[in-house]
Amino acid sequence: MSISSKAFTKSLWAFHVSVGSCNNCDIEMLDLLTPRFDVERFGIVLVGSVRHADLLLVTGIVNRKGAPRLKKVYEQASKPCLVVAIGVCACGQGIFRGGYNSYDPVDKVIPVDVYVPGCPPKPEAILLGINKAIEKVKSKK
Amino acid sequence: MKNVFYFLIFPGFLFTAILGLLLTWLDRKITARLQWRVGPPWHQPFLDFFKLLGKEIIIPEGGSVFVFFFAPVVGVTAVAVISTVLWLVLIAPAQSFNGDLIVVLYLSIIPALSVILGGFASGNPLASLGASREMKLMLSYELPFILSVFIPVILSGGLISLNGLIGYQKESGIFLRHISCMLAFMVSIICIQAKLTLVPFDSPEAETELASGGLVEYSGAALAIYKLTKAINFLCMPLFLTVIFLGGRIFLLPFIILVIIILKNTNPRIRIDQAAVFFWGPVTAVAAIAVFLAFLGF
Repeated sequence: MSISSKAFTKSLWAFHVSVGSCNNCDIEMLDLLTPRFDVERFGIVLVGSVRHADLLLVTGIVNRKGAPRLKKVYEQASKPCLVVAIGVCACGQGIFRGGYNSYDPVDKVIPVDVYVPGCPPKPEAILLGINKAIEKVKSKK
Repeated sequence: MKNVFYFLIFPGFLFTAILGLLLTWLDRKITARLQWRVGPPWHQPFLDFFKLLGKEIIIPEGGSVFVFFFAPVVGVTAVAVISTVLWLVLIAPAQSFNGDLIVVLYLSIIPALSVILGGFASGNPLASLGASREMKLMLSYELPFILSVFIPVILSGGLISLNGLIGYQKESGIFLRHISCMLAFMVSIICIQAKLTLVPFDSPEAETELASGGLVEYSGAALAIYKLTKAINFLCMPLFLTVIFLGGRIFLLPFIILVIIILKNTNPRIRIDQAAVFFWGPVTAVAAIAVFLAFLGF
């Protein structure tokens, strides 16, 4: 395991991609930055530009307008880049499955590393999901 | 050979980079504590740096490739030279030369210029906007900064070498006891806040509106170099103030850095037009009054 890939697991810069979510998962995700959870302890910070991102946090059903944009955002991120699908909508479209505006779940558009179900998932669950993504990177090498 | 050692390892690039990255951690830790968070571990900036080195570098389509990669190198070279000059004045005064005050003043503009170059070379509208804001901010803070830096020069009777200023302050006490220098010190701390694009004046890289401004398109090693430039500059600018206003008393450096970090955490971001009005109005006025007082000898 090289130095930079070791550092990668300890300094994930997160970028938030919302493709048609109801904002509930987004609020739970922002909880991670608050004093109670404080993910900066583990080196996770939110970044403004997707070029800097190591971790895409995707929320929402992927609707017809969102799908090409999600694909574009993923292609813009510099690799290696982990993807975590947050909420039932992102994992499998939830109650919107088969709706006229839902296109495909996230994993049909871009490769997903970890799924975090819930409507919305608790911040603890999101933390566990990110941890699982890190474990996945570690076990690969 | 000796000069290369001075420039690259101690006290230049490597030493200042490590110290600067540690200061970045201090900044993040104090910020976190002020927000009742725990904050990152001490080696976090190093981890960030090494992670960025291992990431893919994306070259934006429609940008100028040469300038895109040239700009960060220009910035980091400039700050490395500044750090070498400043540390050598403190450690080996015999190595310093006459007029290094002006050299440091000139070089301290280059990190901002490198962000501007990189931003315009990215071919991204957000980066261009960030670069243009950086340019406006630079035009606003340079005048009061240079005015305030020249007050020690006036008080010492026209010494333009850092070594000379330190020697003068060793003989006749630090400049900060003069009223004019207190005003100048305040002005220069505010200007440094803008030079480092820290929070009241961080509209060039406003993360919420411009998605980190001129650095939008940078990724991987190029971004790491920008982060390093910022970290080194975060040490160099307070060090510069310590040398010219406090006579090189290095134990006062942490206080200046603490003031900068607390200013950063207790202020909202102001718009670029407000920043320009602020610098050209009250700040320049105070600096001008200080120059006037300095000529009278206060």
